[in-house]
Amino acid sequence: MEIFQAITNMTAVGLAQHMVNGISLGSLYALIAIGYTMVYGILLMINFAHADIVMMACYFALFGITTFHIPWYLTFVLTIALTALLGVTIERAAYRPLRDAPKNSVLISAIGASFLLENLATYVFTGRPLHFPDIPFLSSMISVGGVQIQAICLFIPIVTVVCLTVLLHIVNHTKTGMAMRAVSKDYEIARVMGVNIDNIISITFAIGSSLAAIGAIMWGIRYPGITPYLGVMPGLKCFIAAVIGGIGNIKGAVIGGFILGLGEILIVAFFPQFSGYRDAFAFLMLIWILFYKPTGLLGEKTTEKV
Amino acid sequence: MNKDKRNIMLTLVALVVLFGVACFAQTEIDSYVRRIINLCLIYAIIGLSMNITNGFAGQFSLGQAGFMAIGAYMVGIFTVPVNLRADVFYATPMHPWLVNIYIPLWLALILGGVLAAVVAGLIGTPVLRLRGDYLAIATLGFSEIIRIVITNATSITNGALGIKNIPPLNDVRYIFLVTAISYIIITLLLNSSYGRAFKAIREDEIAAEAMGIGLFYHKNLAFMVSAFFAGIGGGLYGALLGTVDPKNFLFTITYNFLLIIVLGGMGSITGSMFGAIIVTAGLEYLRLFDEPLEIMGVAIPLFRPGLRMVVFSILLMICVLFWRHGIMGTNELTWEKILNFVKHPLAGFRKKGVQGK
Amino acid sequence: MKMKKFVSAFLASAVALSLVAGCGGGDKKKAEEKKPAAAATVKVGVFLPLTGDNAGGGELEIRGIKLANKLHPEVKGKKIELVIADNKSDKAESANVAARLIEKDKVKVILGTYGSSLAMAAGNIVKEAKVPAIGTSCTNPQVTKGNDYYFRACFIDPFQGTVMANYAFSKGARKVAIVQEVSNDYSVGLAKFFIDAFKKLAGPDSIVEIANYQTGDKDFSAQLTNLKAKNPDMVFAPGNFTESALLVKQARQLGMTIPFMGGDSWETQDFLNVGGKDVEGVEFSSFFDSTNAATPEAKKFLEAYAKEYKGEQPGGLTAMAYDCYLIALAAMEKAGTDDSQKIRDAIAATKDLETATGKTTLNADGDPIKSAVVKTIKNGKFTYLKTVNPEDLKAQ
Repeated sequence: MEIFQAITNMTAVGLAQHMVNGISLGSLYALIAIGYTMVYGILLMINFAHADIVMMACYFALFGITTFHIPWYLTFVLTIALTALLGVTIERAAYRPLRDAPKNSVLISAIGASFLLENLATYVFTGRPLHFPDIPFLSSMISVGGVQIQAICLFIPIVTVVCLTVLLHIVNHTKTGMAMRAVSKDYEIARVMGVNIDNIISITFAIGSSLAAIGAIMWGIRYPGITPYLGVMPGLKCFIAAVIGGIGNIKGAVIGGFILGLGEILIVAFFPQFSGYRDAFAFLMLIWILFYKPTGLLGEKTTEKV
Repeated sequence: MNKDKRNIMLTLVALVVLFGVACFAQTEIDSYVRRIINLCLIYAIIGLSMNITNGFAGQFSLGQAGFMAIGAYMVGIFTVPVNLRADVFYATPMHPWLVNIYIPLWLALILGGVLAAVVAGLIGTPVLRLRGDYLAIATLGFSEIIRIVITNATSITNGALGIKNIPPLNDVRYIFLVTAISYIIITLLLNSSYGRAFKAIREDEIAAEAMGIGLFYHKNLAFMVSAFFAGIGGGLYGALLGTVDPKNFLFTITYNFLLIIVLGGMGSITGSMFGAIIVTAGLEYLRLFDEPLEIMGVAIPLFRPGLRMVVFSILLMICVLFWRHGIMGTNELTWEKILNFVKHPLAGFRKKGVQGK
Repeated sequence: MKMKKFVSAFLASAVALSLVAGCGGGDKKKAEEKKPAAAATVKVGVFLPLTGDNAGGGELEIRGIKLANKLHPEVKGKKIELVIADNKSDKAESANVAARLIEKDKVKVILGTYGSSLAMAAGNIVKEAKVPAIGTSCTNPQVTKGNDYYFRACFIDPFQGTVMANYAFSKGARKVAIVQEVSNDYSVGLAKFFIDAFKKLAGPDSIVEIANYQTGDKDFSAQLTNLKAKNPDMVFAPGNFTESALLVKQARQLGMTIPFMGGDSWETQDFLNVGGKDVEGVEFSSFFDSTNAATPEAKKFLEAYAKEYKGEQPGGLTAMAYDCYLIALAAMEKAGTDDSQKIRDAIAATKDLETATGKTTLNADGDPIKSAVVKTIKNGKFTYLKTVNPEDLKAQ
């Protein structure tokens, strides 16, 4: 009953505003979720450090613009490059030595790497929030029939779609992409077939981290308070988004991101009294999906090999 | 048989001696060291509880924070003296059904453990069908849900304001006894047929099932026992601090225990104990990195607060990367090893050397 | 394989180096301990969250304490040495650190901490050891209540919430919406007392909406869109400065022009930096008027701060931490530096002490009695609006 009341009470403008909010949050989640899903697809591990790579990218972009006075477009390119480098470094240092170890060891190593990045950021940048600089045009507001949209929010879905297209092209139509798919399907066979596993994994991390950097820049412009712990919660939620969509599936990650973003906003919109439970929504969604369709919406069914 | 009897005798003697040490510590040692000892003991319980699922049954669960929270809140809600409750619940009055119920600490600990186990049983039904990372993230999600519910259930838990006035328990004897009892029960369980079933599941689920081991039943059992002891540990944690609030039980605290069992050895009972001691005492030792350092009158700007955690996380990474099996691996420190060591202090090393060749 | 060897060699040498440095530090420290014994120093313990979630607050407070130590380095001819310890924003660590300061460093008085739950975890320890502690910004009434050894320099939640409710009412607000950080005791406490007082003033239906968010949230658009539809006269949104700045910013982006009000935690440079133009005109309660020094001590503080941290305005947190140090210093001047029980009594008797935020008097609970100041942000500066005395409040 209450939901109907809530809907009838809501004006068209209000509802439109909620939808806009949801889509912009969802596309941010989607962008970061792709990074998770790519690494998972190939290494079969949750890259817990991905969220902290996002955080570091925010700091890179911030210092590039404020401290080094590099023009913002150049800074963004540099940030993407630096973050890709960081991602590859983490892979080399923390995951590669454990290539033949049990999966749980790699998971623990990922948690450790995330822990290290957070502590390092606190030590170097202090815990005080820093302001992500305003970017001309992108930070400004646009009003469409009473609905307020930040220019960046129009931009994020476009960036997400572009990234998705580029990525799908790489994965489906290039030689590297083929090798990636081979590694993800069967690690051992791919190695036997002469795929340079280490290279492919490095490339995967570079791409995943570049996406994290793009996501981080968007994130910084939209939510300009940068702290060492900013990645923790969004990181978890983006991983959940990837699981909802079917982990390892790039399109699925985008769909999962949108479901999560919209769902989170709409739950507050229709049930304002439950706004304190907003974070629980993502986890409930996760458990629900794992219960009914453990492979996610677009995931393939797999059987355990003996 | 004879050997078993000897081992039991030795264990009992050791327990009595250690209890004597605990009594001595209670009266003779300053409260700072006592606090660290207590924290080691409590973390040892929770670490071992996590080891049951993660190390022995091979189910990677990250839900310990939630179960701790249940135990801690059971102690927090029911052991605060009735006349002090109005002070604690100054913003939103306590639920009238609860306000006059007082439960002694020991009972609250057990009830907290039982409630945590019940919740684990409910969660386990859907979650334990999952494997590996999925299980990890789902259990982590549940522990966050527990925390969010506690934050919002203001009339029972006082929400974000937390509960104070829990009679403080900085008593090594009490905590030692609870730890010892927990360890004995868990050791007995893990050495029984249940424990062997857990290990079989860890090694190969499909093979275990083929041998007639009920997968779901045993996984759920491990999960519930683990939650039970995490609840007890959480209760002690609340009592040691004298105050609880939801922010204590963020999922990041689970990583502490993960670290303990990784260091100690996944699948080692005694290892959990060593892990807890090393992590807790080690973090205190590393504190000197936070203090300003002067070498020949020149202050080194590197040494400032925060460095300790950086060093700590680097050490953690090194341990994970190069010392994957931790101190004990899946082995135990048994009386045989200790006695052998006492008889031939270097035999163990020599043997290893020969094997290495 | 080569890579692995290289990495392991690198890490091993890093650890070896850090251990050597660490041990070096330890030895050095011991040597230092012996030396000052002759020069007679007094140790004052400080525990603050310098890492973890609350590192931002701890960082601002340590400034106040260090500044105070710089301006007042001596008591009774003895040098004051600060022993600073990090409590990692973690309760168990907080308790450990308090015990460590007392037992190992033998401090006679402790300053800290940011965050009430961290203070409460240390509460039992200072009580048992009978060493007085002065809280910098732990505003939950439970911190000092029933604990004779915990004092504080900041307001408590009920007072501040009531002040803002009265202020909102006097500005003509009749319909108010609340946005609270549901996992933060400070925010929940302030909101609770605001609601109680405002309902008394403007009737039971005057609170039109209570929206919640969690610490660390970045997106408040859903809550704010709901709020906008309710069309309140004012929004009361106490919370941490990181989240609050984003909250106000997003409200302005959604086209909401209604006034926002908050608590003393907003008075930090970070709130201004992150909020930028969007936080212009918000109103909040504060401890002092930083543009108009109330006492000579305040003037000293403001001048020193301006010199030390150029381009930043002193915030409430820093001033509170500064005050803590002064309260401890004054007590030691009176009671000597050896007996913590005597120091406690002297702190409890603090009356009309000149501090950075005006005159401080502690009541029987150990909470300061002082008037609150309502401030706004004008042209990127904290600007004084009005002083509210405790006895002026219509609805308590």
